[in-house]
Amino acid sequence: MRATGLAGLTSAKTKKGGTVAKSSGGNAFVEFQHVQKSYDGETLVVKDLNLSMPKGEFLTMLGPSGSGKTTCLMMLAGFETATHGEIMLDGQPINNIPPHKRGIGMVFQNYALFPHMTVAENLAFPLEVRKMGKSERDEKVKRALDMVQMGAFGGRRPAQLSGGQQQRIALARALVFQPELVLMDEPLGALDKQLREHMQFEITRLAHDLGITVVYVTHDQTEALTMSDRVAVFNDGRIQQLAPPDELYEKPQNSFVAQFIGENNTLEGVIKSIDGDKCVVKLDSGDEIDARPVNVTKAGERTKVSIRPERVEFNKSRLQKGAHTLKAEVAEFIYMGDIFRFRLKVAGNNDFIVKTRNAPDAVRLTPGSQIEIGWLAEDCRALDA
Amino acid sequence: MSETTQSGPMLSADGVPLKTSLARALRRQKIRALLLISPLLAFVVITFIIPIASMLFRSVENQIVSNTLPQTVAMIADVSADEATTDEMLFRVLYLDMYRAVEAKAHTRLGSRLNYEKSGISSLFRTSGRKLEDMGEDFEDFFKDADSGMVKGPFWHELMQGDGGEDLLDERLGLLTDLTSLEASDDLGFTLSGEAAALLPWASRAYADWALFTAVVDEDDVSKKKPWAGVYAALALDLADPATQSAVAAYGGSGAAELQAAVANIADMPATGFRAYFEDIDDKWVSGETWALLKVFGSQYTSGYFLNAVDMKLTPDGIEQRPDNERLYLKLFNRTLIMSMVITVSCILLGYPVAWLLANLPMRSANVLMILVLLPFWTSLLVRTSAWKVLLQQQGVINDILVWLGFVADDSRLIMMNNSTGTIIAMTHILLPFMILPLYSVMKTIPPTYLRAAKSLGATNWTAFWRVYFPQSVPGIGAGSILVFILAIGYYITPEIVGGTDGVFISNRIAYHISSSLNWGLAAALGTILLAVVMLLYWLYDRIVGIDNVKLGG
Repeated sequence: MRATGLAGLTSAKTKKGGTVAKSSGGNAFVEFQHVQKSYDGETLVVKDLNLSMPKGEFLTMLGPSGSGKTTCLMMLAGFETATHGEIMLDGQPINNIPPHKRGIGMVFQNYALFPHMTVAENLAFPLEVRKMGKSERDEKVKRALDMVQMGAFGGRRPAQLSGGQQQRIALARALVFQPELVLMDEPLGALDKQLREHMQFEITRLAHDLGITVVYVTHDQTEALTMSDRVAVFNDGRIQQLAPPDELYEKPQNSFVAQFIGENNTLEGVIKSIDGDKCVVKLDSGDEIDARPVNVTKAGERTKVSIRPERVEFNKSRLQKGAHTLKAEVAEFIYMGDIFRFRLKVAGNNDFIVKTRNAPDAVRLTPGSQIEIGWLAEDCRALDA
Repeated sequence: MSETTQSGPMLSADGVPLKTSLARALRRQKIRALLLISPLLAFVVITFIIPIASMLFRSVENQIVSNTLPQTVAMIADVSADEATTDEMLFRVLYLDMYRAVEAKAHTRLGSRLNYEKSGISSLFRTSGRKLEDMGEDFEDFFKDADSGMVKGPFWHELMQGDGGEDLLDERLGLLTDLTSLEASDDLGFTLSGEAAALLPWASRAYADWALFTAVVDEDDVSKKKPWAGVYAALALDLADPATQSAVAAYGGSGAAELQAAVANIADMPATGFRAYFEDIDDKWVSGETWALLKVFGSQYTSGYFLNAVDMKLTPDGIEQRPDNERLYLKLFNRTLIMSMVITVSCILLGYPVAWLLANLPMRSANVLMILVLLPFWTSLLVRTSAWKVLLQQQGVINDILVWLGFVADDSRLIMMNNSTGTIIAMTHILLPFMILPLYSVMKTIPPTYLRAAKSLGATNWTAFWRVYFPQSVPGIGAGSILVFILAIGYYITPEIVGGTDGVFISNRIAYHISSSLNWGLAAALGTILLAVVMLLYWLYDRIVGIDNVKLGG
């Protein structure tokens, strides 16, 4: 499973010692405790952040710009200090440790490869400042370059490399001194789509092979979903939901997460009745639908119900008996190759999207036709308004 | 693509070779671009390139000797200086050359020129110029006694006017125009008689000189005026020759009677020893040294100024080093270079942190700081330098404060002015913006993430700065250093005001030679050497650091 080139890197890690996790309170490796951050003393950029991640986890901080995710990363790296609260690394508070003593690898948004050094010198830099001997240094640099399949590029300058190659070198540089924690700040933001997908795969493979803990910051939800063990969705200085990708997508905890992750249909209404994990919502248009209550507690509360486009069913025979249905008018049909995409007018929402797989028995609805749609109650989540 | 590419040059669609049509298409662009810059180009050529070229030329130009004493210089080229001192013929030629020069008031200029090489020459030429007239007047009196008609204009005009002497006249005209740089008109109102020229070779030459001078310089009518007294000396020279005496006896043209009358009285004529005469004026004229000097500096171009500029001199025995007490310029060049380097290094040390602050402070504070940096630019250079004078002098502000604080005793106040310390302090301050601005514009382009990246990789603040930030700011240091060094090396006002004697630069010496001693040739040679040194250093810098590594911004 592990590539041969990595064997040396990982085995050396145990030799160095001091890396055996000193567990403090469970198996948390990185821990944010009630962390707050303010730049101007008037507004909080990060509000009461609590987060704990075990060793070896790939955690992504996802959120729109200005949500506080990069600030969190910078506090962890030591470039910003927390206004309040404690950040723990491997059981030790690190608030007062300067960045260069934290031993955290970091990949920057624009790679930050030193332009006046060759690729090999860039990689040797962290080893040199650790006073490592030349032969050992060369050995490690070579291995790290091989690890990112850039073995032949050691003598080049960063400016002579393409974006993807620079990205690999930046990654190799962050890994060459064998940090246990690697931070990545939107590292793939400057790459084109195809290269990005390829690098997503490479980064996750390396992270798993080397067993390092990764905190990854991005605003690209696809990246977050495909790469991470867990995703922390940030908004307004808080973590809105911290969950594995599938849970995040299928069971969003609030309407922000539902909106932010993937495509989503929203209908607004009032809770009519709640019965265990089922409830009936009376929409503003007067129609009634079945839903699963998530963060609504009592009848009469306003709610936004969220339903994924691919969970909408217009084949009546597949719906449960007695399930509520809604009348819909097909407004648009979009052919996308592997899937069909319909835009419907439903209960006053003109942008209600339905997706179906382009299977042999798939129905192509023609615009203007009237249909009835429905869904399983557990796919329809009644969230905060 | 097409078949034509297989053989012969690529053709464009209309069959013209592609290279030709490309060149044609580009030519219009080039011409348009050239037109756009032509006003600037003309301005630069007229106000910069031409003056510099003429300055460079001045440093080797030495036509003054050969223009002022043309025939003398030509004659001594073939004889040794000692032979020259006894050559009567040479002194006759010198007499004619000097006479012309004295009339044109060029002899004092030549005297000052040669005085650069040997002191005392200037006064020799000045006194000789005054006395030259006297000898002519002695002869004039003799001729007046022989026949009073001989000292009148018409006698001479009738004697000398005629045809056949064009070659001689042209030769004399060439000597005059070289001397005065005046252009003669085509009609001089006088032509020289070939017969007279053959009969009286010296007198015809002297008369031609006078006639040409009268026609060209004074723009007078030659036929009416009485010639210079020198012409009589030349006539006496002719008549003293027995061959001429017999030729005059046989002569029947105009003026024959007067000439024959003079020959009849020849026993009363004063002696015509020109060498003795010059010796009488000043015995320097018969010294080998004077003639050796004329010999050495008689050529049209000279390395004398350059040798002078590096404390050497050109002597009849070859190139020699000047005696210790006359050496000045090498020391000054040396001091200029060393002090410019000290100033450049001080500017780097003081400017680097400021530029760093400028590049890294938030916008608002950076703008305020930038204004402070630029403030000196808005103040007159003279005012700033004078302000330093106030600060640095012994009874000045800094000394007062130091004394008041008790760091320095009142009777041993620091001497910070009129020496190199003053120059370095004031010039560092004045040139600092030229270091800060290029540094700032380079630092502005270094993203702060590099420092963060270095720190995240384990570098301490110092290592991150020294290994990552500093190398990237080197192009700014390079640009700033070149700017400051080149400005410093040619600086003039500040060393002049606060430099005293120990703190002056070579440029102050250049200014002295331009405006006070009027030795422009030496000033030009010093300037040329300075220019060459700067270009040499620039070349060295390019070889060592690489000029690509110099960035003024972006």
